[in-house]
Amino acid sequence: MRSSRSLRRLAPIALLAIALALAACSDPQTTVDPKSDFADDIQFVYLLTFWLGMAVFIGILALTIGLAFWYRERPGRVAKQIHGNTRLEIVWTLIPVVLVVVMAVPTWQVIADSSKPAPDDALRVNAIGRQWWFEFQYDLDNDGEYDDLITANELHIPAGRPVTFSLLADDVIHSFWVPQLAGKVDMVPGHVNDLWFTPHEDAARAEAYLGQCAEFCGTAHANMRFRVFVDTPEGFDAWVANEQADGAEPADELAQLGQELFLTPVWTLPGGGGGILGCTGCHTVAGAPGAVGKIGPNLTHVGSRSTIAAGILDTNFENLVAWISNPDREKPGADYNDDTARFMPAFETVLTREQIEAIAVYLLGLQ
Amino acid sequence: MATVAGTMAAPTAEGVVWSWLTTVDHKRIGVLYGVSAFIFFLIGGVEALLIRAQLAVPNGGVIDPELYNQLFTMHALTMIFLAVMPLGAAFFNFMIPLMIGARDVAFPRLNALSYWIFLAGGLVLTSSFFLGGAPDTGWFAYAPISGGTYSGSGMDYYVIGLLILGLSSLAAALNFAVTIINMRAPGLTMMRMPIFVWMTLIVAFLLILALPVLTVALVQLLFDRQFTTSFFLPSGGGDPILWQHLFWIFGHPEVYILILPAMGIVSEVLPTFSRKPLFGYAAMVFAGVAIGFLGWAVWSHHMFTTGLGAVPRVVFATSTMIIGVPTGIKIFNWLSTMWGGSIRFTTAMYFSVSFIALFTIGGISGVMHASPPVDQQQQDTYFIVAHLHYVLVGGAIVGIFSGLYYWWPKMTGRFLSETLGKWNFWLMFIGLNMTFFPMHFLGVAGMPRRIYTYDEGLGWEFWNMFASVGALILAVGVLVFVINVARTMRQPKTAGDNPWDGSTLEWATSSPPPEHDFDAIPEVRARDPLWYDRDHGLSQPEGDPDEHIHMPPPSYYPLILALGVLMLGVGPLSHLAVTALGVPVIIYAIWGWVLEPTE
Amino acid sequence: MATAEHHVGHHSVTGIDNRKLLMWIFLGSECLFFGALISTYLIFKADIPAPPISFIEAHTHVENGHEVVTGWFPVDRVIDDVYINEDGTFREVEFAGVLDIPITSQSTFVLLMSSVTMVLAVYGAQHGRLLSMKVWLLATILLGLIFLGYQVYEFRLFGSEGLTLETNQFGASFFVLTGFHGTHVFVGVLILASLLLASFRRSGLGPEAGFHVETAGLYWHFVDIVWIVIFTIIYLIPA
Repeated sequence: MRSSRSLRRLAPIALLAIALALAACSDPQTTVDPKSDFADDIQFVYLLTFWLGMAVFIGILALTIGLAFWYRERPGRVAKQIHGNTRLEIVWTLIPVVLVVVMAVPTWQVIADSSKPAPDDALRVNAIGRQWWFEFQYDLDNDGEYDDLITANELHIPAGRPVTFSLLADDVIHSFWVPQLAGKVDMVPGHVNDLWFTPHEDAARAEAYLGQCAEFCGTAHANMRFRVFVDTPEGFDAWVANEQADGAEPADELAQLGQELFLTPVWTLPGGGGGILGCTGCHTVAGAPGAVGKIGPNLTHVGSRSTIAAGILDTNFENLVAWISNPDREKPGADYNDDTARFMPAFETVLTREQIEAIAVYLLGLQ
Repeated sequence: MATVAGTMAAPTAEGVVWSWLTTVDHKRIGVLYGVSAFIFFLIGGVEALLIRAQLAVPNGGVIDPELYNQLFTMHALTMIFLAVMPLGAAFFNFMIPLMIGARDVAFPRLNALSYWIFLAGGLVLTSSFFLGGAPDTGWFAYAPISGGTYSGSGMDYYVIGLLILGLSSLAAALNFAVTIINMRAPGLTMMRMPIFVWMTLIVAFLLILALPVLTVALVQLLFDRQFTTSFFLPSGGGDPILWQHLFWIFGHPEVYILILPAMGIVSEVLPTFSRKPLFGYAAMVFAGVAIGFLGWAVWSHHMFTTGLGAVPRVVFATSTMIIGVPTGIKIFNWLSTMWGGSIRFTTAMYFSVSFIALFTIGGISGVMHASPPVDQQQQDTYFIVAHLHYVLVGGAIVGIFSGLYYWWPKMTGRFLSETLGKWNFWLMFIGLNMTFFPMHFLGVAGMPRRIYTYDEGLGWEFWNMFASVGALILAVGVLVFVINVARTMRQPKTAGDNPWDGSTLEWATSSPPPEHDFDAIPEVRARDPLWYDRDHGLSQPEGDPDEHIHMPPPSYYPLILALGVLMLGVGPLSHLAVTALGVPVIIYAIWGWVLEPTE
Repeated sequence: MATAEHHVGHHSVTGIDNRKLLMWIFLGSECLFFGALISTYLIFKADIPAPPISFIEAHTHVENGHEVVTGWFPVDRVIDDVYINEDGTFREVEFAGVLDIPITSQSTFVLLMSSVTMVLAVYGAQHGRLLSMKVWLLATILLGLIFLGYQVYEFRLFGSEGLTLETNQFGASFFVLTGFHGTHVFVGVLILASLLLASFRRSGLGPEAGFHVETAGLYWHFVDIVWIVIFTIIYLIPA
């Protein structure tokens, strides 16, 4: 009696827990609201293993509590000296065997399906993991050269068309993961991994699908995020057209000043203690003379992206100023390794606030 | 006693400190292991609490990312290598000779050496916090981030520390394998051995075969970092995936090294307090052996997202799922052991019964991501964190606490308080479920592991705060245990030889056991020997009170040899002259060791 | 006598002495140690990239009128690539493997012979022929040292041909694998030398002389067998 009362008291808590767990479906980075064919397949196996697991767990939990309660020490009770029961033991060897088969067969099926080569009409994209941002290179004309469109941290793909990624890494291992669109695949330096899926026809939306690096890659691993926009086919074509254009010319005097500063190749440190490379040492802006750096993200259309700094800051004037002033303050680790010369220096050491603001205005204008 | 030229006189047991430093008594070494490992367990717990403090709220500002990365790396290393493994070793040391009716392990001095080398390795690893930063690449140290370009001196401490700890575990494993195979009392055949002894034997063989693979991987990493080879560095033609294979060929058997001792403990506690023999003894043994074997065929399931081909994924998924079969057999047999019993609910029994349910949760989530497609969503998320903590906390730690409550009267002659014990149990039980169960939800909601910060609005706030509160409750539970231990030290020694009416040989001697363990070597006539004797009106042989039982004398050399090994290891971390000085120390210690009379 | 039963190493369920059992199990562990090292070698063996032009220029010598490059590959290998000199001219080079099978066959024979002398030493120790034991122990030690001498010669030769730890994956895995094997031989020499030294004491090796030498012999034979495997895999099986 006592136990059933406490069970009744536990029931609302259990229901609440299940409700909260299901609410996870609406979380922005959820793994259980699939929006592509591959994610659907994963969801199928996940739900199968989940419900089988739940059934087994509830059974074992009930047995554990039931046996412990029923056979508790009571006056007059003598333990039966049982050593085993071969028939029973065979039965509960067979139960897990059956469960394993039930889970293994669909697993093999999904592995086989996802290992097929991508269809020929698939959109081809190189995704490159770097400490700590993602570069995306498109091969739009199917010539094997991934040079038609280069962008960073924000990816646009059309709904309903297969997209295939070649996953690469430059420095350490990263992992490419957009939970609603596909399971993660690692980006391993020296290896090329493939991943392809087809977003649902109705997956197009203005809001981005969130992605994040899923293999520990150093100090700013937590801040290595990216976004995937699934567009309508028309929307995707428009985006491509805009991205393939050169960077916009400065619209006003302030932006003009910003562009000049942006294109300054080297800055001398105050006090004459050497210099640091200017923006173009690492960044490209197509059409701007000399801005052909390949080390950092391509900034040709940075103003049109929704975020900067690998998905951690909204693209706006204040954030751009703060980022250029001292990236390490916004994203610890951003200047951590001077040896590799791949990290962004704090420009507040060589530029005035006004100069940095001018650069920010210029960058915001790169729509 | 005459001394051999050049060696020291055998130590006498006069000073308390020296008697512990030079002891070769397996029970004292067990205590040393237990106390050291518990201190490391508390350190690892503090590391975990700092992690939970940082993650309690979004964009938390408690610790900076560099320290966070060191903390989660060291939390894993501390808990795996410095807490759970040596806590298992503490039980092996104290209980195995008693459970097989022997007076010591096969190599008492080697046993002492294992402990002192373990301590040296633990100190090397932990000291890195104060000497330029702890390892910060995760305990798995994936190349190339563990190479010289991307990580600092902490990784050298990692390599040296783990090499030293591997030496310690290898020595201990060899010792226990020989002890169990060769030192059993008359009549104690293999199929009469307690399950805990069986699990220890399997763990010993897993260590013996898995550690050399880790050693090779660590040596190659050391060469990559210090001698410009490129085993794992793609920039020089090497392959980072090779490290992952070598690491997990060690790393997966390591998982069973951590959990099998707890399974052994539970298999002792459940029969004793159910007052009936273990259900399906033979099946339990074979299931344990099967898990030990299969543990070698599943390592690549840690690598499902690395771009393995379809065939390896199918093979390793299947082999991993198959491990569910022997594990299922164990769970059903534990349950059936309670069936028809007359169960006394002591604290030890609380822990063991909860072990069944908690380990089942970890087992089931493990089978879920045995499926590579599912793993592609769950790998490196909090779902995995939940899974592994249900296995290691809900499994290994809960099993170890069960063992502590069960064998404490045997080890000390005193009972731990049952009242505090129940508080201890419920606080830990509630705390660990509050901490780790919501991590399933976080993983499903897409929260990756090893991130020191996260944004609000991702639906992760509530359960992170909930888990952090749970971690505090778990910590209070552990604190209650510490209080219970402190309190018991002032209790009188009231435990008789066999306070729980246990069936195995350790209960045939006094509590705590004399230095020579048994006045007379016990005789075993059946499985569950003491119950057989009880039911058949038999008794164990009495010792002759006048007989002098010769025990191996204490020795300085294990301590000196461990010091030499420590110097050898510290050299590359500080100055190579230390290594050079360590060599004569080692030679001296081995010389003295060999020539020292042991009779 | 009850006391005797406890003495370390005397009580044994299986009848095998504890120390010998320890050695057997330890050698099992060693199998995995060398297994991991050999696996590393095999994984990289098929996948050694062609040398950079700087290496070719630094390590080319003329043999019978042909330009031959040594030091990069384990055994001879035909490369189709034509190398372009800095001044734009072409040239074809041959690749000669760095491994010298005849010389290493000699050292392998030496190590094999040391197993024979080891057996003789064990026989001498077990049958109380102490002089024979000492002589054969000394012979085993000397053969072990000769083997190590061959290894030092080989390492130096490879180094002079440009193959070092950092040259490529063959260099790294070769030197680490054979280096660890050499270390094992050296440890074996130390063990045997200690036994030989101790046998000159007044009490000799004591009543268990046969046992001690036999257990050391187990180790020696194991190290010998490992070399046979290494020799076969590295030297005899072509790339």
